[in-house]
Amino acid sequence: MTRKLRIGVLFSRVRVEEKWIFASLERRGIDYERLDDRLVHFDMDDPEPWRQYDVILERSISYTNGLYACRIFNTWGIPSVNTAEVAEACGDKLITTALLAKAGVPQPHSRVAFTPESAIETIEAMGYPVVLKPVIGSWGRLLAKVNDRDTAEAILEHKATLGSVQHSVFYIQEYIKKPGRDIRAVVIGDKVITAIYRKSAHWITNTARGGEGELCPVTPELEEVSLKAAQAVGGGVLAVDVIEDPERGMLVNEVNHTMEFHTVQPLSGIDIADTIVGYAVDVAMKKS
Amino acid sequence: MNAVSCPECGAEIALEASVEVGEITVCPDCGVDLEVTGLNPAAVQLAPMEQEDWGE
Repeated sequence: MTRKLRIGVLFSRVRVEEKWIFASLERRGIDYERLDDRLVHFDMDDPEPWRQYDVILERSISYTNGLYACRIFNTWGIPSVNTAEVAEACGDKLITTALLAKAGVPQPHSRVAFTPESAIETIEAMGYPVVLKPVIGSWGRLLAKVNDRDTAEAILEHKATLGSVQHSVFYIQEYIKKPGRDIRAVVIGDKVITAIYRKSAHWITNTARGGEGELCPVTPELEEVSLKAAQAVGGGVLAVDVIEDPERGMLVNEVNHTMEFHTVQPLSGIDIADTIVGYAVDVAMKKS
Repeated sequence: MNAVSCPECGAEIALEASVEVGEITVCPDCGVDLEVTGLNPAAVQLAPMEQEDWGE
């Protein structure tokens, strides 16, 4: 007799996305369990209690918790959506950039330095304005548009003095004069499911920062760049954020591995939660 | 009815029928984020503050 498929959903908060995912699992009659990442604990010598799951759908709001949990699951041979490798590649902007560059995916030019002195030197070589970004972080937080040397020196000193050691990894990106919007493309497996514009008069266009969504056509250029970016970080369920440069065309700004889709799903009319669940089921079936 | 009082300001809050444990709701009086920690009986507590590695 074949055992019924069982999915573990690792989460931190029940956001609307998780409610939609749970609803899809229930509609499909899939046996699943909600795994609150604040309550789970692992005996590193005993994977048996976890082998009941054919796949873990990772929806942690904490990058660290999600990454380490997936590392443990994957080491034990329990697949996750996304894999730990993909989470690491997307959760750290420096790794994302390196992988995109290796794959020849167009992206904004960026440089990295490890001390304020070398950061100033490289910023001056790039020319102002530049954008300073934390290598780990999301929702458009702690981004700084640096317009001149005085500001650069102040921000670098603050980061080096007040931040964790990771804030002394200075990730410096050229400033792109985008047309008041960026694009979020939803990639699941080998398909671009849909895309939206995120519009804002502010240079940070994240919907988490008040940017508004509008449906964006999936052109061949957007499809190609999004799929290449998704592939470069290892593939799975991904949100590819794209900036339109007036001269160079579409540039991949970042790739998100635990995407929020509360704006995209109602705008597109596509049941993204159910598509994610379908993808997780496929991953589980391949394993068994 | 899922009535709770806000641990920050004491306001009486009626939770929606569709609310789930783990969901975040906002106190309509003081605006603080509250996490739903129980439904029977209904319970809320102050939601954890945003951490540096939170995101998508």
